[in-house]
Amino acid sequence: MNKDIVIDLKDISVAFDGQPVLKNLNLYIRNREFITLLGPSGCGKTTTLRVIAGFLEPDSGDVIFDGASCLGVPPHKRQVNTIFQRYALFPHLNVYKNVAFGLKLLRLPAAEVERRVEEMLRTVNLTGFERRSVASLSGGQQQRVAIARALAVRPRVLLLDEPLGALDLKLRKDMQMELKNIQQQLGITFIYVTHDQEEALSMSDTIVVMDEGEIQQIGTPKDIYDEPKNAFVADFIGESNIVDGVMLADFRVRFAGMTFQCVDKGFAPSERVDVVVRPEDVDIVPPGSGVLQGTVTSVTFKGVHYEFIVDVQGFKWLIQSTDVQAVDDVIGISIKPDEIHIMKKSKYSDLVGDYSCFSDEFEEMSNPETDSEEEEE
Amino acid sequence: MRKKNSPWLNAPYVLWSALFILAPLALVAVFAFTDQAGRFSLASFEYIAQNQQLYLKTFGDSLAYALEATVICLLLAFPLAYFMANARQRTQRLLMMLIMVPMWMNFVICTYSWRSILEDHGILNTALAWLHGLVSKEAFRPPALLDTPGAVVLGMVYNYLPFMILPIYTVMSKLEPSLTEAAQDLGANRWRVLEQVVVPLSIPGVVSGVTMVFVPSVSTFYISQKLGGGSSLIGDLIELQFLGSAYNFSLGAALSLILMAIVLVCMLVMKQFSDGEESAFVV
Repeated sequence: MNKDIVIDLKDISVAFDGQPVLKNLNLYIRNREFITLLGPSGCGKTTTLRVIAGFLEPDSGDVIFDGASCLGVPPHKRQVNTIFQRYALFPHLNVYKNVAFGLKLLRLPAAEVERRVEEMLRTVNLTGFERRSVASLSGGQQQRVAIARALAVRPRVLLLDEPLGALDLKLRKDMQMELKNIQQQLGITFIYVTHDQEEALSMSDTIVVMDEGEIQQIGTPKDIYDEPKNAFVADFIGESNIVDGVMLADFRVRFAGMTFQCVDKGFAPSERVDVVVRPEDVDIVPPGSGVLQGTVTSVTFKGVHYEFIVDVQGFKWLIQSTDVQAVDDVIGISIKPDEIHIMKKSKYSDLVGDYSCFSDEFEEMSNPETDSEEEEE
Repeated sequence: MRKKNSPWLNAPYVLWSALFILAPLALVAVFAFTDQAGRFSLASFEYIAQNQQLYLKTFGDSLAYALEATVICLLLAFPLAYFMANARQRTQRLLMMLIMVPMWMNFVICTYSWRSILEDHGILNTALAWLHGLVSKEAFRPPALLDTPGAVVLGMVYNYLPFMILPIYTVMSKLEPSLTEAAQDLGANRWRVLEQVVVPLSIPGVVSGVTMVFVPSVSTFYISQKLGGGSSLIGDLIELQFLGSAYNFSLGAALSLILMAIVLVCMLVMKQFSDGEESAFVV
């Protein structure tokens, strides 16, 4: 067994009132890793965190911490600490006392407590806020207090449950960088839960994509983005055109009525597959010169680029490009072989359609308000 | 921010408080400072000062009984409220019912029932006699339960306990579960969580509970009359002046005023307590 593994989840199953929430989950977490559990609400990511923290005993399976099972070990005896969704700062204590809470329970000498509180407040840039009541702080500052409080006791592993969900976009970006820095500085393992794919991509060493209590894919951010394992992952991480296709032979796939060169192999002859093409990978060429041809049905200016919905034989493609096109323009489409990614059919294949109802879907997936509320359960 | 409401909206309340709160208060003050003929007089206060031995003892007893009842209520209510707040929904509803039901019953009947439980040949002593008979051949001499200070405190606790449980339970059930979890997460076992998070955050509930038990306890007359035998508390003395044989409105009103002043001081002390906590509590 690898010595570098700090937490090993073996065959974890959890059900609430007979409803399975985690189904035979297997996951190991390496020391000093920044690992993100990513998925829509109700996918079991918060439940996984609660199992690790000890707030929830799994119905079956084992949690190995540092080589020993920690089932039945109460939360206050585990070397993991949690940053809660809404911070859970103690309203009756000021900033200093909040951060000192865990240290005092360790019965450290007063001078040591003070030294470590000051050190943590420095780390999170809150020096001078010691006597402030936590209610007088902004969301971002409360967040920092929560981080300082959890890190003060020097946990082996820090669990973060959508810690940035309540912050506005700008602050969220800053805190992302700061969290990543703190993690690298202190060399602590971070297990981060989020439904925000961009956050996951930019912060993590490893991403675990979850849905319906099952792990869909584990990999580096680049793996997950470039080589999604199934339609769910492709759809959840970034934007994707997911088209029905048939593998004619190795390196040859047929979709949208045309045959394309690709770089994937190892499928059965004539196997039905899902074909993923990222919107930024589609090239717009003059009509007639592309392999496919379509009509622009909608144009959205996104700042850096335009986003087009293009109707190709009834299937709506999403294409991002800096070229200017107008609605009703007829354009040619060309796709390079290494920009085509082939996935095996899965239970998600039928659920992902084209971009005819794009906006609704997008909103539902990434609206932090609707998400975090339900995760609390 | 808020839309300015018509001043007439609070007219019913102003009328109500003028008629039923301010006017009676003014009447009490008028009675206290006049004699039978309606002239201004400090006679009642002078009378109280002359008999201060008696009145100090009565006021002292009342405060002591009320304090005792309040402390017992708090000791009973806090663990129960904590248990309720952490119980399952169904258990919570059931316990809430059980706590509310005695409040639906008439106060007089409740107190009277305690008489039949506590009297020499009442339910409790009968049970005790039976137990005694199991272990001993000697004749059973029932202990005096009724007409004792203990019975008075018991009556107060019984009648006012719900007023202690409810505010504490309300505050506790609104505590974020994540606060408890955060404390556990930082290394607190169950007792530390209770001591460092649940208790300090329940103080506002405790303060209102204490107020709601202490104030009626200190001025009660019925409980002490029915369960305390001859023992007279300040409430009894006041009642005696208005409805009883003494029939001295002026003296009764003066005593009432003094009692109100004492209660007011007690409440101010309590408020001092809760203010300190609440300033950290405002979110």
